[in-house]
Amino acid sequence: MSVILVFLLVVAGFSFWWLSRHRLMSKPWLEHGVHTALPETDVAGMPTAKIALGIFLAVVGSLFALFSSAYFMRMEYADWQAPPLPNVLWVNTVVLVLASVALQCAVHAAREGRLDMTRLALAAGGLATFVFLAGQLVAWQELSAGGHFMNVNAANSFFYLLTGMHGLHILGGLVGLGRVAAMAWSEEQVTERLGLGVDLCAMYWHFLLFVWLGLFVLLAGWAGDLIAICRQLLT
Amino acid sequence: MVDATPHAEQGVPPAEVPELELYHPKSWWTTYVFSQDAKVIAIQYSGTAIAIGLVALVLSWLMRLQLGFPGTFDFITPEAYYQFMTMHGMIMVIYLLTALFLGGFGNYLIPLMVGARDMVFPYVNMLSYWIYLLAVLVLVVSFFAPGGPTGAGWTLYPPQAILSGTPGGQSAGIILMLVSLILFIIGFTMGGLNYVVTVIQGRTRGMTLMRMPLTVWGIFTATVMALLAFPALFVACVMMLFDRLLGTSFFMPALVEMGQQLSYGGGSPILFQHLFWFFGHPEVYIVALPAFGIVSDLISTHARKNIFGYRMMVWAIVIIGALSFIVWAHHMYVSGMHPWFGFFFATTTLIIAVPTAIKVYNWVLTLWRGDIHLTVPMLFALAFIVTFVNGGLTGLFLGNVVVDVPLSDTMFVVAHFHMVMGVAPILVVFGALYHWYPKITGRMLNEGMGQFHFWVTFIGAYAIFFPMHYVGLVGVPRRYPELGDAAFVTDSVHTLNAFITVAALIVGFAQMVFLFNLLWSLRYGREAGGNPWRATSLEWQTPTTPPPHGNWGDERPVVYRWAYDYSVPGAQQDFIAQNDPGPQRAGVRPA
Amino acid sequence: MAVALILVLVVVGSILFHILSPWWWSPIASNWNYIDHTLVITFWITGIVFAAVVLFMAYCVFRFRHREGVKADYNPENKKLEWWLTIVTAVGVAAMLAPGLYVWSQFITVPDDATEVEVVAQQWQWSYRLPGEDGRLGKSDSRLVSYENPLGIDPDDPNGQDDVVIEAADLHLPQDKPVKMLLRSIDVLHDFYVPEFRAKMDMVPGMITYFWFTPTRTGTFEVLCAELCGTGHSYMRGFVVVDTDEDYEAWLEGQSTFAQLSAPSTLGSADGVEP
Repeated sequence: MSVILVFLLVVAGFSFWWLSRHRLMSKPWLEHGVHTALPETDVAGMPTAKIALGIFLAVVGSLFALFSSAYFMRMEYADWQAPPLPNVLWVNTVVLVLASVALQCAVHAAREGRLDMTRLALAAGGLATFVFLAGQLVAWQELSAGGHFMNVNAANSFFYLLTGMHGLHILGGLVGLGRVAAMAWSEEQVTERLGLGVDLCAMYWHFLLFVWLGLFVLLAGWAGDLIAICRQLLT
Repeated sequence: MVDATPHAEQGVPPAEVPELELYHPKSWWTTYVFSQDAKVIAIQYSGTAIAIGLVALVLSWLMRLQLGFPGTFDFITPEAYYQFMTMHGMIMVIYLLTALFLGGFGNYLIPLMVGARDMVFPYVNMLSYWIYLLAVLVLVVSFFAPGGPTGAGWTLYPPQAILSGTPGGQSAGIILMLVSLILFIIGFTMGGLNYVVTVIQGRTRGMTLMRMPLTVWGIFTATVMALLAFPALFVACVMMLFDRLLGTSFFMPALVEMGQQLSYGGGSPILFQHLFWFFGHPEVYIVALPAFGIVSDLISTHARKNIFGYRMMVWAIVIIGALSFIVWAHHMYVSGMHPWFGFFFATTTLIIAVPTAIKVYNWVLTLWRGDIHLTVPMLFALAFIVTFVNGGLTGLFLGNVVVDVPLSDTMFVVAHFHMVMGVAPILVVFGALYHWYPKITGRMLNEGMGQFHFWVTFIGAYAIFFPMHYVGLVGVPRRYPELGDAAFVTDSVHTLNAFITVAALIVGFAQMVFLFNLLWSLRYGREAGGNPWRATSLEWQTPTTPPPHGNWGDERPVVYRWAYDYSVPGAQQDFIAQNDPGPQRAGVRPA
Repeated sequence: MAVALILVLVVVGSILFHILSPWWWSPIASNWNYIDHTLVITFWITGIVFAAVVLFMAYCVFRFRHREGVKADYNPENKKLEWWLTIVTAVGVAAMLAPGLYVWSQFITVPDDATEVEVVAQQWQWSYRLPGEDGRLGKSDSRLVSYENPLGIDPDDPNGQDDVVIEAADLHLPQDKPVKMLLRSIDVLHDFYVPEFRAKMDMVPGMITYFWFTPTRTGTFEVLCAELCGTGHSYMRGFVVVDTDEDYEAWLEGQSTFAQLSAPSTLGSADGVEP
């Protein structure tokens, strides 16, 4: 359970940092009226949707951290036999990085008010993401063609489960991206709403890229190697 | 003195949160059915939760009948007993308590108490309820599926949960259960995001975090915990579904079932237990923290006194929330995990007793030199303290690793968790309903029926679960439809079991009085007015009662003080509402 | 008034129930009376706290119940009092935790002279295996379980040949000799539970778990399953008989080893081997 505990430690650190900015040590019974030194509101100026997405990503992070924890715990058992890593995953990783970069370009374009560039970047990001998903399917096909079916070994099961779960989250993101794209094509100029939508998409994509890199490290077996090395150093 | 940070001068954040653009309903359907109003959603959540909770109540009667009078009821076979038991546990913990506290009270109270017009994402909030309803329906369908619902125990431990030796294991029961849980988690995440973000972003002017009522603190913290803990259940459910449907071996070791070698191999049942309890323990506090918060407000309001040690109360909620993530394996002391874990988890578990005890002290110290009105909500709050202290203290037996060894998996455990997370939170639910019913409907619940309901429920529930500890102490294991004639089980244990059954039936029927009261008072209850308890918090200060969609009329309230200005010296009345600018008191520095 | 009285009655009633109740643990038959002591300490501490909190509440309800014209005190907090209560609570918690952890360390430290006894659980019966004359248990694997080899003992392991197999019958143990119970399940979770021994542990398929104890008095004790294992859970019973040394030896004489059990059946099983 170490992965999830480390993840929660980060979340807890963030939560306590947030709480610490809200004068948790103050004595509220001594503070009367809005005319004291209190700020009129201590609600953050950040858009609500961004905060919500941040919290949602914490939930998604928790989900994948738990999957990784389960992966590590299951790995300890004798029958574990990791499947070969399909080479197409390298391509997929690059493609997903490109998608993220494209959406980051969209963010910048939207900030500068360049609608054409925003549209282009959104389309490129979406396209790259579709390629990524297709690539993941190719990876599945490659594995099952090699006889590495889901129920042969738990390592195989985890491969399908983790990539599938990640793919589902990407699909969910594509729905959001589709809505933002529809907005981008229907509007005459870059509105605040569109800008926010693009921001949110980019945030989500970066996070899922980060998750994917984590999963990639896990599935490639490097994480296990790393732990083995650490353990050797300790003993 | 005011020790506020002076960042008011530099860059004041926008004076008011941008007003939420509410979608105003146009038809009957969008007003009452597909409503985006958090208050309507709250009532939908509560109604659904109570309805499915009633099913679980009936299941508990059937189980008690079997335990009290074994052999009398032919239709309660061991299979049926295990199905009743599993469904009772699962419904009560997840579909009733979690949904009621967060989906019900959270939806109704958070926007009102922080001075918002609605949740920040009303549409997502609505979806949350409908997915919850779908989860409940899937659960209900499992009752009628061939083979019936799963009988794996609410912990759903593999391997037995998906094998043929368990009811529903090889039929649809377990699949529907897992699907229903997955749906519940998805639905809850949608709602939970709303509750958290509304507290973070939706507070009105002047409503600083430390001015929030403890109810909001409790629900807020519980929701944050639930958002982080439910994924563990999600992971466990998905992986078990794979094991059951696709033949993977996440949790399934090589095993021989009824002389038949199965194709599973190498999996780890303990892994499931870790995942399950990583969710399961925070779940206890997900139910308890809202109850803690609500009961603080009930006590304070009805004792006409500020809650004692408000700051400590807030810190304790946050600390309990954080600590509850590192105690999960105290459910697994005898599971066969590495015995060294016992030292760590026993220590963390007993440490969590300290902030919890502080909360109890502060509740009873609030009563000290109070002006105690023994209204029905107050009675329920007092009863909560009795049962919670009782159940919390028996937790010290079970948390202390070696004491847990003889007691684990006995009726002692059943008695403990029913007292601490069954009876105690349910008493708070009742107290809260008597307290807020006037706001929801504009009428008071009938006092006489309320008193009757209270006394039967409190004394009855205590009479059920206090003696049950001793059944466990004798050594009677839990999850036994009948004891048979074991030598250590004397006749008197059977007598005690019969007594408990009778008490359970009586308590169960008292709930019908309560349900009747809910309906009767809707029409014939005394008119309540806007603030019948003379309470300070914002939800009692709405311009109209019951509050309409949007809550506040033209202007959102501005908050000038914390939620506990009761019996302030020098004030004319014994309470000052949060949005009352009031006379400036000496010692407070104007800016 | 009535409320305060009933709260007092709840406390008094609970204490009386505890004292007068005929429902108490079965007389101990193992060395784990430390566990019982820790439990009694916990009863005392928690009992005192429960009585104190509820009686204090009852007093408040009685003394500070609503009266016309009386106003409640205004008292937001009292740091000193809260700190004291915290410290006292922490001390009380430590007083329970310290003996608990001490006894736990004993519980998980198996003495060197403990003999190993294997318990094998399946839906829904108990079987046992004793190490035989060489004092060592042979390897086992649930993949090897078959009709002829119900415990899945590895026939290729020489250590296993002399293992005494007790299938679905009573286990006998000699008095005053520490035993390490090795727990194994071939299907689902079970839990070997004898109330009089106090100790228990889950049995997990694919793993071997253990606990140890020393039987301290002779007698016949019922074995129950304490972890839900399917519809037959409550019927999964057995007996452990604690004998004097002589009785134990006599019983052991009458048992068969794995080699004896598998010898005559090898002929018949040649064509019936499952893949």
